[in-house]
Amino acid sequence: MSAIENVSRRRFLMGGIVAAGALVLGVRYYPRLSSGDRLPSDTNADHATLHPSVYLGIDPDGTVWIVASRSEMGTTSRTTLPLIVADELDADWKRVKIEQAIGDERYGDQNTDGSHSIRSFYDAMRGAGATARFMLIQAAAQQWGVLAAECEADLHVVVHRSTNRRAGYGELASAAAKLPVPPKEALKLKPKGAWRYVGKGKVSYDLEALVTGKAIYGMDARVDGMVYASVERPPVLGGKVKSYDDKEALKVAGVRQTVPIDPFQPPPAFQPLGGIAVIADNTWAAFQGRKKLNISWDNGLNETYNSDTYKNELRETSHNPCKVVRNVGDADAVFAKGGKFQEADYYVPLLAHAAMEPLVALAEFKDGKATLWAPTQNPQGARDTVSKELGIAKEDVICHVTLLGGGFGRKSKPDYVAEAAVLSKKVGRPVKVVWTREDDIKFDYYNAVASMYMKATLGADGKPTAWLQRSVFPPIPSIFDVNAVYGDPGHLQQGWTDVPYDLPNLRIENGPAKAHVRIGWLRSVANIYHAFGIQCFTDELAHAAGRDPLDYLLDLIGDPRTIDFKGVAYPNYGASMDAYPWETGRLRRVTELVAEKSGWGKRKHGKGTGIGIAAHRSFLTYVATVVEVEVNDQGEVRIPRVDMALDAGLVVNPEATRAQFEGAAVFGTSVVRSGEITAAKGVIDQSNFQDYPVARINEAPFQTNVYIVDSDAPPAGVGEPGVPPFVAAFCNAIFAATGKRVRDLPITKLGLS
Amino acid sequence: MIQLKVNGAEQSFDGAPEMPLLWYLRDVLGLTGSKFGCGVGLCGACTVHVNAQAARSCVTTMGNTAGKEVTTVEGLEQNGLHPVQKAWMQINVPQCGYCQVGQMMQAVALLNSKKKPTDHEIEEAMSGNICRCGTYQRIRAAIKAAAGEMA
Repeated sequence: MSAIENVSRRRFLMGGIVAAGALVLGVRYYPRLSSGDRLPSDTNADHATLHPSVYLGIDPDGTVWIVASRSEMGTTSRTTLPLIVADELDADWKRVKIEQAIGDERYGDQNTDGSHSIRSFYDAMRGAGATARFMLIQAAAQQWGVLAAECEADLHVVVHRSTNRRAGYGELASAAAKLPVPPKEALKLKPKGAWRYVGKGKVSYDLEALVTGKAIYGMDARVDGMVYASVERPPVLGGKVKSYDDKEALKVAGVRQTVPIDPFQPPPAFQPLGGIAVIADNTWAAFQGRKKLNISWDNGLNETYNSDTYKNELRETSHNPCKVVRNVGDADAVFAKGGKFQEADYYVPLLAHAAMEPLVALAEFKDGKATLWAPTQNPQGARDTVSKELGIAKEDVICHVTLLGGGFGRKSKPDYVAEAAVLSKKVGRPVKVVWTREDDIKFDYYNAVASMYMKATLGADGKPTAWLQRSVFPPIPSIFDVNAVYGDPGHLQQGWTDVPYDLPNLRIENGPAKAHVRIGWLRSVANIYHAFGIQCFTDELAHAAGRDPLDYLLDLIGDPRTIDFKGVAYPNYGASMDAYPWETGRLRRVTELVAEKSGWGKRKHGKGTGIGIAAHRSFLTYVATVVEVEVNDQGEVRIPRVDMALDAGLVVNPEATRAQFEGAAVFGTSVVRSGEITAAKGVIDQSNFQDYPVARINEAPFQTNVYIVDSDAPPAGVGEPGVPPFVAAFCNAIFAATGKRVRDLPITKLGLS
Repeated sequence: MIQLKVNGAEQSFDGAPEMPLLWYLRDVLGLTGSKFGCGVGLCGACTVHVNAQAARSCVTTMGNTAGKEVTTVEGLEQNGLHPVQKAWMQINVPQCGYCQVGQMMQAVALLNSKKKPTDHEIEEAMSGNICRCGTYQRIRAAIKAAAGEMA
């Protein structure tokens, strides 16, 4: 057998997404092994008879291969994107087989974050399907000697109605493959009324594999001859091993050796953190051996970091003038006139991702090449990082993508994949690095801690005559540039520079903060703290003005208009302002819809109960949320009901979208109830679910209702936009129920649980 | 030498008796349906049945499995899908799915002891199983659907 066959076979056996059963993926790998003509980067689509696109191939037996180029972490993008291809192709979903792409630029962007899989690939998926349909119709027309315009696709067959002739896609594949691939302009996309799957949706392609335990996550990847590694990393960011003693570790049964990993050269980016790895025959032996290591650390500069002190520093910074990032009118002039004003400090601590699957990666370095199997959101990033770490060409790194046991942004950062690759090179065998839960929580790229100062003066009608908001948080760019201290436009846009209120005097500022831990993207990112500050302060002002919070919110949103960002660095999530303008009318509409559906103002709320509302646009999607809470005399909070209304433009998969918003409510619940990472002397205090609790079934909302606005606007995000308004609405509901204003998360600080 | 049954098959284990069952199942037997989530019995992703009772395999030592019958998701149902698995599909419970095997093993144990659990009983039985994707309301609905099927 050739080396190529080995790799392919191994991928088939262990690296596919589904191990066995009815949903076998890569079942076609076996027959092709003998031919030896495949590269590890090849897909079945590449080898299919008709292959007009990197995303699609059709075999003579009618099998349609669709390549999922983005990672599946629970958002159903691995199903929903192929569904768009299948719709334009008019394919029978039962005859579609989805295969997972490796990291490869030919698929375009593969970093599955930022809630843009559908938005960014909708046109490409449609184009792939429409191209194949065009070619199949042409082939049929030629065979029958009729005009292509008289033929049409109808669920996996091409038909010529007047002569009642039919030919299946499989039988046409070979003839179609001989035709030129049509230019984009020649394609006719299906009209909305003819859509088979788009807008109706499907459950996950992997659903049966998920409920039978056959789904293969990164944690489940195996290859012959692999060993397991557990790494003791520097407890403080930037720390180094001074010396270590592994005598006791090596005595543990099953432990083979220890291997040092070099500390990173700042900035950290996606480099391994360094430390000492214990290599063993199984995961448990590696964990046990690691406990017996005796390491002396040089903790470095971040040893001075204490999160309590840091919090005060952020707050102090926010109480003084900072960098102006958007200005309307002259808020200062209004404040200078004196009179009554409202002010408040809001604070959200560092947050950890805590996906259910701790970080894990498998790598094999052999003959100067690296093969990776990883639950990564970012296979191209993993490839780049490993290529740099090992000093080999990118072309010599293959990154297979397994299913992800949750990602939430953490698995976009491939430091853990690089660890596996570095260790495999040193050990000379395939190495699987398994992070413990403690590692996962202590060595995260945390969502930034943020302090926000809000100030407003109210006019006679209760509306703000002047509004000032200042945020201070260590920015994500600090992982790439140690001197980065100000928020970048990409994160200031997230609910901060785009406060949607129609105000005569508005000043938005951002202050500097130096990072002492790695900061990274976490589901909804900066929108979490920004929406919390703005939407809770809005609620405060409503109460100060003696107004109903819903009426007040609608009043501030004002009449439908498009926000003018002239002079403001507003990247609009990378989308054009023409295709995705910021339309306050859409925010208003979801607010009105959720108010109506939740029975706002119509339901009675007794002692200890209350409802709160918030509205927010993020990832180009407009969401309004009403949360109902009950708080008993012991301060225990329950959430009987949540209502969410969203306008995400065209929603391809409504069922998956509902699930994302239900999940967002639970994710937001964890933020409000218990989300807090703290540090002393640079060392993270939390370690596992006992001190970094996440919402359990009895703490989560009992019922979340999701209302999707029917929209012809282009598709926007659905994975993240549910979290930010939920967090704010939940806190506003707590105020309504208890009179306690939540300004400092989590709510344990108010004696609530 | 520890003798035990896993999914009906006799197995013997001659390693350290303090090794958790989870790692024996996953790394030695290659049964990867049971997941590692926390390692200390706090999340439930590793839930299996030991003598028909739900157990956290990450804190169940091999020594404590001697002479016992272990059932994992791979051995949950010999013919097709268990009603709980069917309900999980019908309600479309999983998102990432990583915790769901543990959730289902816990739910099966619950339904084996209570034919028609109330919301409160479901919460009590399931509160040891974390789902970070937040599928709890569907888990509750699926347990009720399965209860109807199994009744």
